[in-house]
Amino acid sequence: MDEKKHRLIMDRISKHFPGVKALTNVSFRMFPGEIHVLMGQNGAGKSTLIKVLTGVYSIDSGEIRLDDKEIRAQSPLEAQELGISTVYQEVNLCTNLTVSENIFIGREPMKRGRIDWKEMHAEAKVLLKRLNVDIDPTKQLGEYSVAIQQMVAIARALNISAKILILDEPTSSLDSNEVNELFKVMRKLKSEGLAILFVTHFLDQVYEMSDRITILRNGEFVGEYKAEELSRMELVSKMIGKEMDEMEQVQELVESHSSIGHQSPFLETKQLARKGSIERFDLKLYPGEILSLAGLLGSGRTEIARILFGADRADQGELKIKGRSVNLKSPRIAIDNGIAFCPENRKSEAIIDDLTIRENIILAMQASLGIFKYLPKKKQTEFADEYIKLLNIKAPGPETLIKNLSGGNQQKVILGRWLLTNPDLLILDEPTRGIDVGAKAEIMKQMGLLCQKGMSILFISSELEEVVRTSHRIAILRDRHKIAEIDNHNVSQQDIMKAIAGGVPNEK
Amino acid sequence: MKNKLFWPLVTLAVLLLANLIHNHDFFSITIQDGHLFGSLIDILNRAAPLVLISIGMTFVIATKGIDLSVGSVVSITGAMACLIISKGDGSSMSVLFTALGISLLLALAAGAWNGLLVSLLGIQPIVATLILMVAGRGVAQLITDGQILTISSKPYSFIGAGYLFGLPFSIYIIAFFFIIASVLTRKTAVGLFIESVGTNPTASRLAGIRSGLIIFIVYVLCSFLSGISGFILSSNVSSADGNNAGLWYELDAILAVVIGGNSLNGGRFYLSGTIVGALIIQTLTTSIYSMGVPPEVTLVVKSVVVLVVCLIQSEAFGSVFAARRRKRDKAAKQGVSA
Ligand SMILES: Nc1ncnc2c1ncn2[C@@H]1O[C@H](COP(=O)(O)OP(=O)(O)OP(=O)(O)O)[C@@H](O)[C@H]1O
Ligand SMILES: [Mg+2]
Repeated sequence: MDEKKHRLIMDRISKHFPGVKALTNVSFRMFPGEIHVLMGQNGAGKSTLIKVLTGVYSIDSGEIRLDDKEIRAQSPLEAQELGISTVYQEVNLCTNLTVSENIFIGREPMKRGRIDWKEMHAEAKVLLKRLNVDIDPTKQLGEYSVAIQQMVAIARALNISAKILILDEPTSSLDSNEVNELFKVMRKLKSEGLAILFVTHFLDQVYEMSDRITILRNGEFVGEYKAEELSRMELVSKMIGKEMDEMEQVQELVESHSSIGHQSPFLETKQLARKGSIERFDLKLYPGEILSLAGLLGSGRTEIARILFGADRADQGELKIKGRSVNLKSPRIAIDNGIAFCPENRKSEAIIDDLTIRENIILAMQASLGIFKYLPKKKQTEFADEYIKLLNIKAPGPETLIKNLSGGNQQKVILGRWLLTNPDLLILDEPTRGIDVGAKAEIMKQMGLLCQKGMSILFISSELEEVVRTSHRIAILRDRHKIAEIDNHNVSQQDIMKAIAGGVPNEK
Repeated sequence: MKNKLFWPLVTLAVLLLANLIHNHDFFSITIQDGHLFGSLIDILNRAAPLVLISIGMTFVIATKGIDLSVGSVVSITGAMACLIISKGDGSSMSVLFTALGISLLLALAAGAWNGLLVSLLGIQPIVATLILMVAGRGVAQLITDGQILTISSKPYSFIGAGYLFGLPFSIYIIAFFFIIASVLTRKTAVGLFIESVGTNPTASRLAGIRSGLIIFIVYVLCSFLSGISGFILSSNVSSADGNNAGLWYELDAILAVVIGGNSLNGGRFYLSGTIVGALIIQTLTTSIYSMGVPPEVTLVVKSVVVLVVCLIQSEAFGSVFAARRRKRDKAAKQGVSA
């Protein structure tokens, strides 16, 4: 192996932010034509390692060598010119621009001082072909699915001379078919000699794709392993630094509590619908139960969640809370009725970048209290500290700006925001997206505990495994229709998969 | 963390020192008939209207908005107050309060108009407030009949020209409203909500904040404060000039907010920064006059100073220098090792 030449060597890299040692003497290397997975818990330093490589941040010490030449990119653009192509964890595409504009933004092909549109569209077409995507580059990006948008992000990153492709959690918003498409493309690029750095929290994907694995823990280098020589258990315990069996407990928690059916539902919908987003559906949510919505991306899961939270308005049907008919015209009204909602789109719909962890956590509660009953700062800090501890949020303290947290930790802050309001119904849209294995188990455990206390939870996840493990009932959605409801007694992932795809489910 | 107030304060100090060098009596304050006199007092007094408007503008800008109509509101309230007083008994307190009350209602209505256009109809703030910026001046001229309306009212002129305990009354007005604004932002949730809405309106709505209401409130507040400024300005000269009163105040106010370290992208805001910013602008204006800079170049001087302050505060500008320094250091190191 070592006769092959290194494509990239990052040697003893250190990087600190005020109050945080994000990276301490981390080493990392890649060979041409390999897929290298970078693993670590939320806040371990994965995204930071990527960003020092691509010139978003400068390093405190260490050395970076690309094809045996020392490099130090001062900006992402410079890195791209050196052949380092990156799709960041928080992708910033403009859905109201065309596909080609998104690909070439900032480096449009010019002819006589003007943008050469013809050339641009043609080149976009070629780039997308390379990724097995056949779409019209003159159309607005927003017209295509998230998966296609992801490919466009990759196309934007890849130029002809790319030597390294970096994908920071590209799969967290894709469903399994789309993930497979992406993997095909990755294999193709790998065979063309590209070195691919891939960050993911999904163990299956790690073992499906990786040649080698580098593990980080708390900003430190744990080790580099060949994928076939590292077992799953070893991988997880190296990542979190201790053994794990919490996953088992979750199942017990859920099973120890199944006295549903005798009580009256907390929330009930009759023929509720919204034109263009979800067809009429009936749904009952009981206190102390977890109901999952299963379906492909775009099947109407998020749409149901948004309607139940008043983020979008239903235009037909009836919604009852505790037997009373309610018109959920706005999130404010839903919150007043004891409903909470963690949206799937963390960056644009949940976090308030410029505010601190403390302010982000108390925001929903303060909004309920109103303008004049302002929580004293001391109380706010107490709440923030409480949830930082409860949810194990990795941060120097409650006054850290939320935008300086790692993606997974931001997600936990948002969860804390809603737990603080002590809702009757908690709607979680992909709450485990971008969250590491340990934290995932933690969140699912919390869900179990909360529903034992009588909270009802509406859970949306693309991970069928999570759905099966946690929920009491599962509603199946396809093409904006609710097509079935399954009681979760010995249901397997295959059963649900079949139901989603159109097989005959054991309907009730 | 570096204090946001640092550069604005340095700028202000530099300006004041420059004045001191030019005029050695600049800092001296004398007492005549129990009133304090001096350049510093004069600057504070003259800055009063701008300070008030800038406080309002800070809130608006913190929500990612902008209010171009403040100058027009200044002229409307000034004109209305003068009109009512000119029709009645200039020395009567009841006439005075009617005049102030009605004019302030007008200011509130103007703010509500802006607020509705922006929050309810979703019109871009710059366009929405441009409407009133243009129309408002017309309204003011209608009120004054296109003339300069001169009045003589002792109680009214006290607002902008009177003295209390040796200090100009307008200084008390700005102190009062600054305290109110600080209390509003520190002791109530208004500050948090404004910053939240300004940073991410969608996420704020989904957290249960009535984003529309908050946006409405800031435009009303801004107009209200502009209305008060209208009184100070017109009572100071005991006349209302629909055409020229408060002209270009929107630009000065926006500058004051920006110089004070606030970002036009909304989010975090710094009221005390804004106050310093407004004082910088007024000091600049005053010193340009007192140093006898020819009128043709005053605007150029002003813009150069503003440009410099903004550059110093700009992160991008700072990082260009940092990057250069890094390169230089690296080059130096290589030079040593070679
Ligand atoms: N700009 C910044 N300012 C301050 N601290 C930062 C900044 N960016 C990252 N950090 C901190 O550095 C540490 C590493 O963060 P990083 O984003 O690299 O984690 P990660 O491994 O990518 O996690 P995740 O799986 O959640 O995405 C975290 O503690 C984070 O809070
Ligand atoms: Mg990350």
